[in-house]
This record gives sequence, C-alpha cells and structure tokens, in this order.
Amino acid sequence: MITINNLTKKIDNNLILNNINLKIETGETKVIIGRSGVGKSVLLKHIVGIMKPDSGNIVINDKDITLLPEKELNKVRMEIGLVFQGGALFDSMNVEENVAFVLNEFMKLSRKVVKEKVADALAMVGLQGIEKMMPSQLSGGMRKRVSLARVLCMEPEIILYDEPTTGVDPITADAINNLIVELHDKLKVTSIVVTHDMSSAYKVADSIAMIYHGRVIAEGKPEDIKKTNHPVVKQFISGDARGPITENENLIFGHVR
Amino acid sequence: MLDTIKYSGNVIYRGISYVGELTTLFTKTVYLIFVPPFNVTRMFSQMGRVGPGSFFISALVAFFIGMIMALQMAYQMLELGAEIYIPNVVAVSLTRELAPVLTALIVAGRVGAGIAAELGSMKVTEQVEALEAFAVNPIKYLVVPRFIALVVMLPILTVFADLIGILGGFVICVFKLYISPSLYFTMVSRAVDLSDILTGLIKTIFFGAIIALVGCYQGLNVRSGAEGVGKATTMSVVVSFIMIIIIDCIFTTLFYFVFRM
Repeated sequence: MITINNLTKKIDNNLILNNINLKIETGETKVIIGRSGVGKSVLLKHIVGIMKPDSGNIVINDKDITLLPEKELNKVRMEIGLVFQGGALFDSMNVEENVAFVLNEFMKLSRKVVKEKVADALAMVGLQGIEKMMPSQLSGGMRKRVSLARVLCMEPEIILYDEPTTGVDPITADAINNLIVELHDKLKVTSIVVTHDMSSAYKVADSIAMIYHGRVIAEGKPEDIKKTNHPVVKQFISGDARGPITENENLIFGHVR
Repeated sequence: MLDTIKYSGNVIYRGISYVGELTTLFTKTVYLIFVPPFNVTRMFSQMGRVGPGSFFISALVAFFIGMIMALQMAYQMLELGAEIYIPNVVAVSLTRELAPVLTALIVAGRVGAGIAAELGSMKVTEQVEALEAFAVNPIKYLVVPRFIALVVMLPILTVFADLIGILGGFVICVFKLYISPSLYFTMVSRAVDLSDILTGLIKTIFFGAIIALVGCYQGLNVRSGAEGVGKATTMSVVVSFIMIIIIDCIFTTLFYFVFRM
C-alpha cells in the first residue's frame, strides 16, 4: 500500500504540490488526472524517491521512504518501476541492453536467460526483433513501449506510468491500456497512472484522483468522476476550453482574430 | 560604486560555492570508487575514449610545439653561438611545463566538453533520473569511470607528448641546425632529470581530476534543454582551462620554492 501524507513541494518558489493526501491500496490502479504542469510527474518522482518533499511523507509497505537512507531506499526502488514520459532510454545502449539494464546491473543471470527475459518483455509490449536497434532509431511510441518493457523486466510490485498513452497511435494506446489492465488482473501489480487521456483513465482505473493547483480536488471511482458536479473536474473531463479552469486565462483557441 | 561591489561580491560568492560543490563531488566520487559493485568494463570504455581517442591530436600538437620551441630558441641561441643547448631547453620546458599543460588543455577541450555535453543531454532527457529510479547511483555509474579514466590516462598521454615533443625538436635540430642525432639525445638525456618528468606528471593527475569533475558537474547540473547543454559544454571548457592554469601555477611554485624540484 502507498500512502501519501500532506506532501508539499516548491520548485523555484512555485508551489507545485500543496498538501497532497492519497492512498493507493495494494493491487489497485489509481489514475491521477490534471492539466499539464500541475505536478503529476513531480508526484511520481517523489514516490520513487528521486525528489525529496519540502514537507509531508510517503509510506510504501509501512516504510516512510522520505526518511530511508540511500541503501534502504534502493531496496524499495527495486520494487517500483517508473515508466518515464519520454521513455528515458539510455541512448548509448541498444534496445536489448536498455531492457536488460536492471538484470545486468543487479542479477547474475546467464546471457541466454537475459535474452529470453528481454524477448518476453518486448513481446508483452508488442515489439519483436528490435533488440539491436538504438533508441534514436525508434519512434516516440516505440520508445515508450521499450521503456515499459524495461520496467516489466524488473518484475516490480508497483508500476508508475507517466502518461503512457500520450504520443502513441490509438491502437497502440489501447494495447498499452490492455496491458495495464492485464498486469493489474493477473499479476496484482499496484499501479499509478498519470494521464490526461480520459478514455485511457476510464479503461484502466479502479479509482481516479484529480490534481488542481497542487491539491487533490476530487477522488472516486471512474463512474463517480464521470457523474461529478464539480465544475473544475467537469470541465477537465469534458475537455471544454471554457470554464472555471480557464476563466483567468486569455485563451484564443477557436477565436481567429 | 555600490553596484560594482555587489557584482564583485556575487562573483566571489559564486566562485567559492562552485569550488565547494566541486569538492563535494570529488569527495563522493573518491568514496564511491571503493564501494562495490566494481564495473571495470565502463572504466576501460572511458579510458579508450580518453587515451587512444586523444592520442593523435595531443601527439600532433606536441610534435609541432617541439619544432616551434627549437626554432624559437635557434633564433636567439645562434646569435650567442649556443645552439648546442637547444635540445636541453626543448626537453626541459616540454617535460616540466608544455607537454603536461598543453595535453591537459587539449583533453579538456576534447574530452571534458564531451563529458559535459553527454551527461547534460542525459540529464535533460531524464536518463540520469532513470538511473536513480533503478537504484543506481549516477555518480557511481557516470562520474567514477570518467574520473578514473582521466586520472590514469592524462599522465600516460603526457609521457607520449614528452617523447613526441622531443622528436619534434630533433627534426629541427638535426635537419636545420645540423646537430648530430647522437649529440641531440646525449644533450637531452643530460638535461632531463627524473624530477623534471615527475613534476610534469604529478600535475597531470590533478589536471585529469579537474577535467573529469568540472565536465561531470556541468553536465549533471544542466537545468534547461539544448541551450543549457550548450552553456554547460562551454562552461566546462572555460572553467577547466582556468583551473588547470591556476593549479599549474600553484604546483610550479610549490615544486620550485618548497620541494626544490
């Protein structure tokens, strides 16, 4: 179980996370929605311990990761896989070396076993025969899927997805959604999915939380979020350019001058 | 006036805090060298990039500097009828000063800038954060192999630069000034002490450490995209050059006045 308590973070004097409280049960898929720049990715980086909060804490399986020394934190990190928004593939390595990164760094496995595990992980994300390609030769969607395969190779208990379907074609997006659901159903992986793709959110979520101005303003099951009367959530999920979120913004979309 | 004081104060403060941060990175790097796991593959790969990769350019420069030194000396020495001492001047100035400093400056421009650009682009594309997320310490993974590679390979490159520079002087002395080859090497071997070579090589260990630390520090602290990477690359070269010259001055003073070498 992941519990986030009163998490606050300022970056360059901007309050990004303002007293965030969230609870993610073991085996649950929690989708976090919100506009770009509200701190969704920052929240994920706190959960994996690569950013430190100004105040508040994060408890993962009864361990407060904000207080753990580096060695203990690394043990927790081995149970968490983070799929980065842009893939964050190591561009000096080919696809095979990227996917096998954790296996090569921490596990003494034979080459044959590593190769098999890499091929299995790539097959799970619908990629085959690209082991020798370099990241620069891959499309954005392929990079994202290789990044997901790299995480699957770790066999983590928790997977954090940072906009897994952004920038991929609708068919691949649906395949990624199916994979997230399968990992949830079959392997009981705890997942946090950050997205603003609402069709993806409804498909994969056990529960959805919306972040606005650094706070969680709504939380509930997908059907509750769909029926919400909260004006901010309503505008966001319907994707309307006019509404309370944008009332102070001088949006000219749709107003050709 | 107040603005000038404020500006100067700010520059001094930034300079001191920069040196402080480099010292912190140095301490962490040295500590992590002795912390397992030890990955020699990454270290040898970096050594290949620093050593053989920089050999041609540093050898070329050393050869021409040896020739230029001999020619410039000939201009004065011929008037005094003392051209026989040209091999001494070439060999001593190369081994004590020119070969170590010029090799370090070449490597700072070639390798230091490369490190800053590589690590900087890794930083902006979240690859450094990905290492942390996979429980890998970025300093251990990225800085340690580069640090060891530079500290080991820069003295080796300097030894070659010493030899090739002396060969450059040989070409001018033998073919232009008609000093016999055997006399040239006799004069060189008489002039150069082990202490001359050692003073040159000891400095390069520190130059190597500075190039690695400045390059890695600049790369790992890139904050914005392509522009930030460009700035980090430029800064790594500028800061390395300044620090190499300052360290050179400190060591030369120490060797001369304190150790009498």
